[in-house]
Amino acid sequence: MKLKANIATSENGFIFNPATGDSFTSNAIAAEILGYMKSGGSEEEIKKKILENYDVEPNQFERDWDDYMLQLKEANLLDL
Amino acid sequence: MYVSPDLNKTESLTIAVTGLNANDNPGPGLAVIRALRAGFGENIRIIGLAYETLEPAIYLRDQVDKTYRIPYPTAGAGALKARIKEIQEIEKIDVLIPNFDAELYNFIKIAPDLLQMGIHSFLPSHQQLEQRDKVNLAKFGEKHGFNVPDEGVVFTASEIDNIASKFGFPLMVKGKFYEAHTTLNSADAHRAFHKLHAKWGLPVILQKFIKGTEINIAGLGDGKGNAISVIPMRKLYITEKGKAWAGITIEDEKLITLAKDFAKATIWKGGFELEIMREDNGSLYIMEVNPRFPAWVYLTVAAGQNQPKALVDLALGRPTDDMNTYKAGKMFIRYAWDNIVDVEEFQKLSAFGEL
Repeated sequence: MKLKANIATSENGFIFNPATGDSFTSNAIAAEILGYMKSGGSEEEIKKKILENYDVEPNQFERDWDDYMLQLKEANLLDL
Repeated sequence: MYVSPDLNKTESLTIAVTGLNANDNPGPGLAVIRALRAGFGENIRIIGLAYETLEPAIYLRDQVDKTYRIPYPTAGAGALKARIKEIQEIEKIDVLIPNFDAELYNFIKIAPDLLQMGIHSFLPSHQQLEQRDKVNLAKFGEKHGFNVPDEGVVFTASEIDNIASKFGFPLMVKGKFYEAHTTLNSADAHRAFHKLHAKWGLPVILQKFIKGTEINIAGLGDGKGNAISVIPMRKLYITEKGKAWAGITIEDEKLITLAKDFAKATIWKGGFELEIMREDNGSLYIMEVNPRFPAWVYLTVAAGQNQPKALVDLALGRPTDDMNTYKAGKMFIRYAWDNIVDVEEFQKLSAFGEL
């Protein structure tokens, strides 16, 4: 899962797709994940970091992760 | 006698601009003026050319130094030429930028006379104007390989149902010069036809509805086949009249290429606006080609390419600024503002034709 190269993100979770003009807001954890994705982190690396830093059940996180990736895909933000 | 000023020595420029109707269906004049002021700074005098006394920009005295009324396009090119000559005797206009579709025919016709008076312009030819006309858009698309929606040109209401049965509903019904209605059934389409006929004359254009994202592109053609500036904008807020009230610059190589292909195919000279519909599958349709700058053209300045200034430079044979990059994500959000004016000002313009 890789963000499209031209997608702009900010620390506060704002996402802007310059190719379409679409913009989105995301919560703090989603913004953190986006930040890792932007800096080229692999899916495994990002998941590991989140699980290390937050008190979350792996199964729950997997479900949330899939849900979030689906949202990013639908928003046309992923480089598929 | 050719009375062009020695432009190397001329310190300040006088530029005449039409399209001062900064209302809910805005003309581009005010945005063009703002761009020119941003580009040329203090060294500029703006002459407004107005058709009606209530065109809002007339009364923005920090933007428009002096305004003259000019005859409606229906009065013909002769009347326009005579009026501009009168104005030129007072103002010494260097460049004139017309901003209405409906007036362009006459301005193009008198362009050589204007030059004789010392007034430069940078306009498409009558042929270029004609080929991108709404009435000819389908033919234009076919000839140059652009995607355009299927359309039918109608002169009587009785032709509507036949075309509607081919295109289906929703169906776009468009005026000859301005205005478009999305109609949902035959009664709607007939109503729109009569309204547009009464307002803008015949023919009326029926266009197949294309679903997608509305994107507009502001461009400037150098008359040699190049688009020296192209700025795409996605509409973010659209008024009931279909006008962008807010928008954002976007970067998409396909849009830039389309605008460049348009300039190349038409050898376009002057400002232009492509109204594009991008379908979900990415296909780009040219819905309309406007032969002048759009009312949102100041956004091109904000994004880093001052198209109106470049047009003036081209008109005067000067080199233009480098316009290879622009900033995506620049937004415009239009607003309404009540300008307070004394009746004496209104009266002056009404009685004497100038303010």
